Amino acid sequence: MSDTQPQGFKAGSNLEKVLAAGHFAVTAELGPPKSADAEAISVKAKFLKGAVDAANITDNQTAIVRVSSIAAGYLALQQGIEPVIQITCRDRNRIAIQSDVLGAYTLGLRNILCLSGDHQKFGNHPTAKNVYDMDSIQLIALLKKMRDEKKFACGDEIRSSKKAPLKEPRIFIGGAENPFGDPLEFRAARLGKKAAAGVDFIQTQCIYDMERFEEWMRQVRNRGLHERVKILAGVTPLKSLGMAKHMRDNVAGLSVPDYWIDRLAKAEDKAAEGIKMCVEQIERLRGIEGVAGVHLMAIEWEDRVPEIVKGAGLLPRPVV
Amino acid sequence: MITAVRKPFDEIRDLVKGYDRLLILGCGTCVTVCMAGGEKEVGILASTLRLADQKDGRSREITEATIERQCDREFFDAVKEKMAAADAVLSMACGVGAQFCGEVFAGKAVLPALNTKFYGTTEGPGVWSARCSGCGTCVIADFGGICPVTRCSKSLLNGPCGGSSKGKCEVDPANIECGWQLIHDRMKLLGRLADLEAVQPLKDWSTGRDGGPGRIVKEDATL
Repeated sequence: MSDTQPQGFKAGSNLEKVLAAGHFAVTAELGPPKSADAEAISVKAKFLKGAVDAANITDNQTAIVRVSSIAAGYLALQQGIEPVIQITCRDRNRIAIQSDVLGAYTLGLRNILCLSGDHQKFGNHPTAKNVYDMDSIQLIALLKKMRDEKKFACGDEIRSSKKAPLKEPRIFIGGAENPFGDPLEFRAARLGKKAAAGVDFIQTQCIYDMERFEEWMRQVRNRGLHERVKILAGVTPLKSLGMAKHMRDNVAGLSVPDYWIDRLAKAEDKAAEGIKMCVEQIERLRGIEGVAGVHLMAIEWEDRVPEIVKGAGLLPRPVV
Repeated sequence: MITAVRKPFDEIRDLVKGYDRLLILGCGTCVTVCMAGGEKEVGILASTLRLADQKDGRSREITEATIERQCDREFFDAVKEKMAAADAVLSMACGVGAQFCGEVFAGKAVLPALNTKFYGTTEGPGVWSARCSGCGTCVIADFGGICPVTRCSKSLLNGPCGGSSKGKCEVDPANIECGWQLIHDRMKLLGRLADLEAVQPLKDWSTGRDGGPGRIVKEDATL
């Protein structure tokens, strides 16, 4: 594990290099298991190997206890998958988060995605206390401060003692954005805040409503944000009609237009149709100015990711 | 005001089961306004308890009183005798009043009849909602007079999360408005939307609960 990064890069991660080279990036999601099962992480990593530039390792997503994102990310890295470590602000304060950022970096992890985190109400410990010492934008600013100013939140320099050299964690900083959340007119402004805080790339909430996404991208381009931040459009293949309806009816801030539902309803093989729709979406997203890549959130469907990436004509992945 | 709701009757009954001379003590301020622990509620609880005791064939002496405030020493003088005659006080004040009651009458069992909720306002008849968390450093000037610490379920200072939909918070859409939708709308009304684009730095939480139990000393008012 090297503690230096290639010249000219902020962190030197594969994802950063792929994006810097102007390639259309592909990331996916790897959800750690709900038990102490290291093998489950390896199995999912094997599905994704060679098909993606990096994989997000979720941080107790939907507030359900899982293997920690840093531990799972380290295991994925050993399997040849570059991880994007997700860190939510729900469970840890600034002391724990900075400690984890140092720890992640020492393990060779170079990308971190900053999130507010799903409220604990939706998980399996709804009576837990939440933290929210900071929000996702403050977390972005904190990672930038650690990397570029080589300082902790408190202002102390990142060195072990007065005489020890500065050893800052050099992280490629990610964020998320939901183009469909309310208040709609604040959404592009919120991305602007993330850019101002120092985010390097963002991945969006999964997109089904292409028209609304294109409208949001127009607002993003009007602010020039696509030139400051690499935007990866989020897609989630629909496995079944039931899943499509669930996404439409139960997920706040997500709209699934009827044209997708109708197509799935008519299809004989729903899963195959879902994948076909996802491939079409990626092709359309590639044509939108300012979209630098795609983030594939194939929920518990990691094994189908290579097929989707191949179908979209995005294989092989560039070696940078 | 400090808002509260009465504990479930069975829980209260369990709390007082070991006491035969009970004083139910109401508070005439905040919890009277939010209809949880004022004179009227003292009367209702006392009657309900007497009925339950009767059903159980239990004889227990239950007296009632309500003082102006249970968070100030001077108002307790009025109930000194009743307090002396009781072996326990069932306080219908907020957590502050119930604790202070125990401090004034040290050695007397003081039991809480209410669950204290938040610093809130009367939203409409019979409805109260939170406005302040007592963080010790008021920031509402930056947010059009609306507190994101209290009114956003995640206390986000830089804008809404992805769970804001149609003005509601995903944590409980039927009951919770998205604090950030409120802030956005208010700032728009004030012509200050651009101000929301400033990145808010990390907050100093040490001025509130995280700094330990609070204490205020106003030098010119001390003896």
